[in-house]
Amino acid sequence: MISLKHLKGIHLDHHKNTAGFTIVPMPVPEKVYIPMVQHIGAPNVPVVSPGDRVKVGQLIGDSEAPVCAPVHSSVSGEVVAIETFMTQMGRNDVNIVIETDGKQELADTVVPPVVTNKEEFLKAVRASGLVGLGGAAFPTHIKYNPRNPEEVDTLIINGAECEPYITVDHMTMLAHAREIVDGTLNTLKYLSIKKGIIAIEGNKPDAISLFKDLTKDIPEIEVFELRLVYPQGAERVIIFETTGRHLIAGKLPADIGVLVSNVNSILKLQQYLETGMPLVTKSLTVDGNLIVHPQNVEVPIGTKIRDVIEFCGGTKRDPKKILFGGPMMGRAMPSDDLAILKGNNAILVFDEAFSTMNPETACINCGRCVRGCPMNLMPTTLAKAWDRKDLETLKAYDALTCMECGSCSYSCPARIQLSYKIKLAKDLVMQDLRKQVEQAKAQAEGGKNA
Amino acid sequence: MNTKDSQLIVSSAPHIVDPVDTASIMKDVVLALMPALAVAVYVFGIRALLLVATCVGTSVLFEGVTRKMLNRPQTIGDFSAVVTGVILSYNLPVSIPLWMAAIGSFVAIVVVKQLFGGLGQNFANPALVGRIVLFTSFSTAMTSWPLTDRMSSVLWEANGLVAGAATDAVTGATPLALFANAKDVPSNLDMFLGTVSGSMGEVSAAALLLGGAYLLVKKVIDPAIPVAFLGTVAVMAVAMGFDPIFHMCAGGAMLGAIFMATDYATSPLTTKGKIIFGIGCGFLTMGIRIFASYPEGVSFALLLMNILTPHIDKWTKLNIHGVPKGGEKS
Repeated sequence: MISLKHLKGIHLDHHKNTAGFTIVPMPVPEKVYIPMVQHIGAPNVPVVSPGDRVKVGQLIGDSEAPVCAPVHSSVSGEVVAIETFMTQMGRNDVNIVIETDGKQELADTVVPPVVTNKEEFLKAVRASGLVGLGGAAFPTHIKYNPRNPEEVDTLIINGAECEPYITVDHMTMLAHAREIVDGTLNTLKYLSIKKGIIAIEGNKPDAISLFKDLTKDIPEIEVFELRLVYPQGAERVIIFETTGRHLIAGKLPADIGVLVSNVNSILKLQQYLETGMPLVTKSLTVDGNLIVHPQNVEVPIGTKIRDVIEFCGGTKRDPKKILFGGPMMGRAMPSDDLAILKGNNAILVFDEAFSTMNPETACINCGRCVRGCPMNLMPTTLAKAWDRKDLETLKAYDALTCMECGSCSYSCPARIQLSYKIKLAKDLVMQDLRKQVEQAKAQAEGGKNA
Repeated sequence: MNTKDSQLIVSSAPHIVDPVDTASIMKDVVLALMPALAVAVYVFGIRALLLVATCVGTSVLFEGVTRKMLNRPQTIGDFSAVVTGVILSYNLPVSIPLWMAAIGSFVAIVVVKQLFGGLGQNFANPALVGRIVLFTSFSTAMTSWPLTDRMSSVLWEANGLVAGAATDAVTGATPLALFANAKDVPSNLDMFLGTVSGSMGEVSAAALLLGGAYLLVKKVIDPAIPVAFLGTVAVMAVAMGFDPIFHMCAGGAMLGAIFMATDYATSPLTTKGKIIFGIGCGFLTMGIRIFASYPEGVSFALLLMNILTPHIDKWTKLNIHGVPKGGEKS
């Protein structure tokens, strides 16, 4: 058997229209809306009240819960309301509404932290409010503190940016290469990890050569050029491409000795170490065929989509689709009245051409979905099993391994929403597994009582 | 700007899709079949066009009418019926009465394809079953192979004639029939170029290979089935002391391997499965050619492998990476 060198994937048009557009800071909007949940984990509790004056970088929400990342004010101004409404995470959440004063005064707490050991480093990571900026938004201080720290030997810095349209990581890498390298070195040092790999897709040769140049005297950092095959940036794919290790469903990267961080996460971490400024702004690519002036912007967290679009010259016509993220894995938003959160990296605005639902036709068994699946699944078999709610086949064909990269749906000539069906199927399998666990528990208890 | 929420479409990712769709794939297949049609017109004359037109016209008609009668969405726009029509015509002698060809279309489209659920649901290749039903129903018409003066003189001489000498239409044995009777066969060059007798679309290996190359480049077909199929035919021919080039070019081997065995619906999904399928097709083809009473075996080999396809798919399920076969060990 020939050993596997690469995972399968698909070829996409990159549409990197905004490549070369330096990130422009956006002026503060009149109001920002900062929700208490911007991460995977427990909600924060507001530590300010309506009427309070706040400054940039000031802590406004925190929690005692272990899996949580605090939130800070992105503006200076006055807290005008604390309200509960639906956020882009699709749940009702407590939001702190701040009316800005335009002065952007810094909070007194914004001073470089003292970090000399791992414990202080992790404390600083938590205090920075950092979450995984690749989109998962998992609190970084938890990720950096795995059960098996001694087994972790590699830190992968994800600069793949494999989604079409998005260029903000590319521009970030060009503008902040030095900080990203220093952030990588600091993380390696405090977490006692031997090796750092900065992995960048081959369509960004300027970033690759810049990092190669900066790290040529740093033996512990390798710059790795990824192939132009979607989805190189997916965690399991980038781990395999750079280290040859397979991350199977249900395991954490640390279980196979790896930590993965987005370039932006490392940058924000380093900036916190240098200045004490927590995560309060987010850089975004604003593009799509309806945006008048596509560009990369840095916006205060809590800014509404509408304000960002207006800053970019508005839209040419009424939009039909607004995406957070890229066209492959991005989420379509029901409204432009939602606020930017930590995990966002792009706003894409499209017309009908990107929005019409293609009518599904019969599967012709062409195998394109199988050819495209990085996880070596058989998407058409899974989708057909989902159609007839066939749990046995869904389990036998590893539905839970799907990471919803969308390659199958993209490739399907019959326009079947394979990825969506498998997503629903995963839910069905999880429900069944939970039921089994409960039954086993009930049985065990019954046995005890007898 | 104030977007009314109801105007926005909220759908699941991905939000873009490959421009390749079912119709464009089918159009590519039709295009890839055209070189063989050009050779057929050259070798057999203008009636080849009439036969293709009849098969395509009736296939599309039957498809449209059946879908309407079954109250299903119309599918003639996906071009799959056109592909079936062209391939069916390629499997028939050019002289077959047109009403028989229409019956072939009926069997292919109505019985084999639509009654089993339409595109993608059929258990066997529709054109293939159409051909087999015609072959067993009208065996004389289906085994009368016209000779033309474009063909190798070997074929004329085998019938005691001089090439081009006859004024009336004559028929003669195909190269495979000559082979079965241990007679001289046309040269490999004639076999390759297609200046021999046989079904109208199967004669020219060169034209079929050209179409196959186009389909490979456009990634419409995977090389696994044609390579495994023809490779097995060649290996078995050599093993039994026959000329492998002759056997790869003769009869329906090329047409079958490139255009019929690669039919998506009736061949396995995975590469491993496709290889097993191709080897099976080649093995059965040669088995029938050498040991059975029919001179040609591609049709029955394909039909049998079509029926085995669901099983091959089961045996060749892909395993996810990083998990040893038989489940996860921790």
